[in-house]
Amino acid sequence: MLMLFFIDLGRKVLSFMYFIGGLANLAVQTVYSSLKPPFKYEQIIVQLKKAGYDSFPIVSVVAFFIGCIFALQSAYFMQKLGSEMYIASLVALAIVRELGPVMTALVVAGRVGASITAELGSMQVTEQIDALEAMATNPVKYLVVPRFVALSIMLPILTLYANIIGIIGSYLICVFKLGISSSMYMNITFDSLIYKDLFSGLFKAWIFGMLIALISCHEGFNVTGGAEGVGKATTRSVVLTFIMIIAADCFFTAMFYFILP
Amino acid sequence: MIEIQNLVKRFNNILVLNDLSLNIRTGQTCVIIGRSGCGKSVLLKHIVGLIKPDKGRILVDDKEVAVLKELELAALRAKISMVFQGGALFDSMNVTENVGFGLIEHTNIKDDELIERVEESLSMVGLGGIGNLAPSELSGGMKKRVALARAICLKPEIILYDEPTTGLDPITADSINELIRFLHDKLKVTSVVVTHDMKSAYRIADKIAMMYKGKIILEGTPAEIQNTDNPIVQQFINGISKGPITEAIDTFK
Repeated sequence: MLMLFFIDLGRKVLSFMYFIGGLANLAVQTVYSSLKPPFKYEQIIVQLKKAGYDSFPIVSVVAFFIGCIFALQSAYFMQKLGSEMYIASLVALAIVRELGPVMTALVVAGRVGASITAELGSMQVTEQIDALEAMATNPVKYLVVPRFVALSIMLPILTLYANIIGIIGSYLICVFKLGISSSMYMNITFDSLIYKDLFSGLFKAWIFGMLIALISCHEGFNVTGGAEGVGKATTRSVVLTFIMIIAADCFFTAMFYFILP
Repeated sequence: MIEIQNLVKRFNNILVLNDLSLNIRTGQTCVIIGRSGCGKSVLLKHIVGLIKPDKGRILVDDKEVAVLKELELAALRAKISMVFQGGALFDSMNVTENVGFGLIEHTNIKDDELIERVEESLSMVGLGGIGNLAPSELSGGMKKRVALARAICLKPEIILYDEPTTGLDPITADSINELIRFLHDKLKVTSVVVTHDMKSAYRIADKIAMMYKGKIILEGTPAEIQNTDNPIVQQFINGISKGPITEAIDTFK
């Protein structure tokens, strides 16, 4: 029994090591291919729209409600201390430094990452990726690079947008429900934020964008076993992306905390 | 000239190609026959460099495919077209974009010339005027013919066909056979065709090679194959359920 547990554990560790190795290999090929001409602008524009522009509605809804919820939850405690006015700074810092980038990345991973894995996975099982390669077209250059570039551009933009919408959500709760004056809310928000807060959040968003693109493409390329395989790969892709986003968030938050305090 | 020398390939410890050797002369149409799952498609994918062999080598025009650098491999692939079993048409593109993909990607062709070349290829497979349709709007047989049009659009020197007539009605299958013969006779294209369809094999082949247990067990002209004493080949070409091939499987079970 114990032996079986260790065998299973060993397999999982090996599988994860293969995943990391494959991901690193794909990352190197993608960066190399994205810097090497010819550049496929049309493909990038298509992906910018699919991954970025089409994600604005869902990011708006999620960010707005997160802003509202965070303001209400903070109010519960802050009212006990009689410091409601500091809700503005708490919300601003939490959203800009942490919630904005992470929430946006998770939403995009679920919406765009899953669709990339399913699309590339279907292409893999129907031999379309082999067909691309057989026609002397590098699948990494043709399929991964546009998605990688689009997500690494759009994630910081979507995050900046989510930050604004989240703060608006919180503003509406604080001003219209908690009775904080509009000008005071705005002053406290802008006073509490410094460039480093914004920069660290957007830097993390850029990293998350690249991670989503690489993991979802990697899982799509490695699909085996028909429609069932595509389903499994899509689930695996979303789970792995979520884990890697949270792990990367922890790593970069620690880096900004200790190295750039 | 395609030279396959002592090719060995395993997948998950299952020996798929076992010291397989085969030569295909320039301009020749070689049909590879064998049971489903015996590794015929794997062999085709080795020729175009989609799979690397564990041992052995493949030379196409004296160049070893598995060791070519990226640019050399791309140059070689520009001379080779492959028709995949299910067509492998790109879902996100219409028929014109699919057929003209190679031209769009690798040449600076103008739009009107592209449409002309695509229409010419589609007409050759009997599908003129469907350029605006999406692959999802095509029947299985049409997809296969569009894939064939895509393969010939680039005017390749070598075409690899993975079961080009499987799933087609007899008339369409025969028109595909005629097209393969036409490309052979007029354009001197080297063709490697993987099929189970013996009628098609006899019509198009200069040479037929029978693959069994990862090896080529017999090769010869269609007449030589039809008249061979080899019981394995006889069982396969006559489609008999009892014989050495199925006995080997029954024993294994």
